[in-house]
Amino acid sequence: MRLTDDLIATDIAAYLEKHENKSLLRFITCGSVDDGKSTLIGRLLYDSKMIFEDQLASLEADSKKVGTQGENIDFALLVDGLAAEREQGITIDVAYRFFATDKRKFIVADTPGHEQYTRNMATGASTADVAILMIDARKGILTQTRRHSFITTLLGIRRLVLAVNKMDLVDYDETIFNDIVDDFYAFADELATDLEIQPIPMSALAGVNITSRSDETAWYEGPALMEYLENVPVGDRRLSTSFRMPVQWVNRPNLDFRGFSGQIASGTVKPGDRVKSMPSGKQSTIARIVTADGDLPEAVAGQSVTLTLADEIDASRGDAIVTADDPTEVSDQFQVRILWMNEAPLLPGRRYLLKIGAKTVTATVNAPKYGIDVNTLSDVPAKTLELNHIGVTTISLDQPIAFDPYDANRNLGGFILIDRMTNDTVGLGLIDFALRRASNIHWQAMDVDRHALAEQKGQKPAVLWFTGLSGSGKSTIANALQKRLFALGKHSFSLDGDNVRHGLNRDLGFTDADRVENIRRVANVAKLMSDAGLITLVSFISPFRAERQMARNMMEDGEFIEIHIDTPLDVAEQRDVKGLYKKARSGEIKNFTGISSPYEAPQNPELRIDTVNRSPDDAAEEILDYLREHGFLGA
Amino acid sequence: MPQLTHLDRLEAESLHIIREVAAECENPVMLYSVGKDSAVMLHLAMKAFYPSRPPFPLMHVDTTWKFREMIEFRDRKAAEMGMDLLVHINEDGVREGIGPFTHGSAVHTDVMKTQGLKQALDKYKFTAAFGGARRDEEKSRAKERIFSFRSAEHRWDPKRQRPEIWNVYNTRINQGESIRVFPLSNWTELDIWQYIRREGIEIVPLYFAAERPVVNWNGVDIMVDDDRMPEELAKTAVMKSVRFRTLGCYPLTGAVESTAATLDEIIQEMLLTTTSERQGRVIDVDQSASMEKKKQEGYF
Repeated sequence: MRLTDDLIATDIAAYLEKHENKSLLRFITCGSVDDGKSTLIGRLLYDSKMIFEDQLASLEADSKKVGTQGENIDFALLVDGLAAEREQGITIDVAYRFFATDKRKFIVADTPGHEQYTRNMATGASTADVAILMIDARKGILTQTRRHSFITTLLGIRRLVLAVNKMDLVDYDETIFNDIVDDFYAFADELATDLEIQPIPMSALAGVNITSRSDETAWYEGPALMEYLENVPVGDRRLSTSFRMPVQWVNRPNLDFRGFSGQIASGTVKPGDRVKSMPSGKQSTIARIVTADGDLPEAVAGQSVTLTLADEIDASRGDAIVTADDPTEVSDQFQVRILWMNEAPLLPGRRYLLKIGAKTVTATVNAPKYGIDVNTLSDVPAKTLELNHIGVTTISLDQPIAFDPYDANRNLGGFILIDRMTNDTVGLGLIDFALRRASNIHWQAMDVDRHALAEQKGQKPAVLWFTGLSGSGKSTIANALQKRLFALGKHSFSLDGDNVRHGLNRDLGFTDADRVENIRRVANVAKLMSDAGLITLVSFISPFRAERQMARNMMEDGEFIEIHIDTPLDVAEQRDVKGLYKKARSGEIKNFTGISSPYEAPQNPELRIDTVNRSPDDAAEEILDYLREHGFLGA
Repeated sequence: MPQLTHLDRLEAESLHIIREVAAECENPVMLYSVGKDSAVMLHLAMKAFYPSRPPFPLMHVDTTWKFREMIEFRDRKAAEMGMDLLVHINEDGVREGIGPFTHGSAVHTDVMKTQGLKQALDKYKFTAAFGGARRDEEKSRAKERIFSFRSAEHRWDPKRQRPEIWNVYNTRINQGESIRVFPLSNWTELDIWQYIRREGIEIVPLYFAAERPVVNWNGVDIMVDDDRMPEELAKTAVMKSVRFRTLGCYPLTGAVESTAATLDEIIQEMLLTTTSERQGRVIDVDQSASMEKKKQEGYF
């Protein structure tokens, strides 16, 4: 406890040397308000002198005003941070608390117990080394105890404290304690085979077995809670010892330095170690471990470093640098467990973004094979996953990734799912194993129709019909737009007079009849591309309203976007990039739109682009904004 | 095999967070308030990208009432580190003559700080802004994610926080939204001091005790830093050995009487003290949930 250390007053320098080298333990507390969870945390903070006088004064005032402990301090008020929580007397979100003893610094994730806040509990559990499960000695193991045990072990915690609280209310009865412990062991066998469980009888309110063992439970021979927390080993002991580091950032200050920055996920690394960059599998040797404090002779799991390699191999963000002796597997299809964390249920077959380490890919999540009832741990049939549901399913990615099974390495086997439209984090997943052959996947019956094809590309198909005089800038703007679409990862194709007339329409001339046939064919091609889910850019003079209407009628509602590149004749003629106007004026070219053939300007185009006062890039941006606003570009 | 200490683990986590923002966010900025937490955050940013420079600028929202020593320190530090520094002042507030003595702490802070910050973020269209807030500072901060999302109006919705699993951060935002990122979330005040000591990080001298002219205003000792203090009040100034536990606008920052003139003495004093850090800030005492309310309104 910090105030108990005389060194603070007598020799601060010595105290600080001693305390600079503490270890750090992160733990989570699970339970509801009734179990005394908040009381326990308040007690830990209070006993380790982490509550200051001004905080204590406001706590005492609040306790009298809204507390549930009569004249006593209501520690729950200390930890319920949000106004809504204090008013409703419930805990909604994870609160992080900090305290330190002479041995350790602690970070406590105080998590809500109610089922509807499971995702908040998952947030807290995902970074914890130990879980404290609060149990009311009068009630024993409840459904929620089972749920909390399941969620915490699912997120990878293997050390559990069974905190049998409120022992004061059952006269510190050993038999009651033992019965509860036996109940829990029977149940815990189904959770995982490698759990380390420490049952402790306690009274958080009375301070029994919190900081030291108390006389009230003379029959109990185990550690007090604080003794346990100060001595339990830190870290995930199942973590693979093989070196892995996801590349977060490629460090290139100049042409002579190329480093790969990241946080080491597991194992250790030294200069001279043989490594591979995954998924490419290219091999090299560690040259240096660079940090701002100088090069290191060795780096270990948890450190954020920058590695340089002896060979110029191409690794980029999202790749993993791993030991060549035991590289990760690489696959694009997996069996996974998923915890769904969004109000909108999982849509099987839909494409979600999947982020694992520093890598983000697109994933199709198939319908669950089965769900898991978190209260009974039994398998239940499931067609989808709803908020807080857990299921086993398969996923397939748009590209292969480096991974370890989650149970071997939570840093390389855990991922989040992101909805591409709302950008919400909708689920978390754990990789169990790769499906070696595509035929192993049980694909859900799903017709590969135009919607599926578009969904796969993360966009809505559209036909962008650029119409305007020769030389108005149609192709230039379409080109600028297509570059932007490409950069955004959208799938598009450009049809223009020049590329179509040389092939498909080379039998057509420039008579009115041929112009109509030209447009009919181009519209049909655009329609097919639209069915394939593409954003198609059609740049044709297309001077007649009737033909543009025909093209519009062929497309699905809302997919035809008429863009009038409204450049006045005199401006287009002045530009005359291809020298066509000159030839038309001299009579060398017949039926030239605007000179010897009419142009019927659109009456209600979706977009009208003035090119006199703006650049093609500005025009492309305007069209891009339109597409974005109308949902053509997905998330 | 080297064992990581708690400071090593905190540092590594912060470096990971800072790099993740640089790698994924379109237009990030680091809010630099010139205080000790900002000093640590800047130090971590320099480390995260070494030997490169951090690929984002620093920004200071200057309320025009900061201690003069802070401004000097800010400009010198940014130059030394080779960082681009953007300084934003709410000119509307300046035109209206807003100040803590004339308008009180609430109006001054809202106009010059909260509105000023929103203006600056809108002006430069930053999609992510690093802040030096810590979870141990205040109850609503204890519940905030490391990546905390703000609507186009800069509002925080505590009921719609995204789950934050492992160290896999979802940095995606919708049009107009932005992220506040807190790389020091898991640091405590003591961690900050210990780290400053371990790394030899330079901080503004105001943190160290010295003889300074102070007056008592609304029950708090504040320093006479310039001639904008009302004459009646300035007349009452006495010299005292004081230091500051947090730094902000000089009329809103309470001095504590102290003789702690070295880092070790400051830490010693802090460990033996019995009041929490934010007590010196006039801004928080209004009501217990005031920070939560301010955050919802866009105060970082």
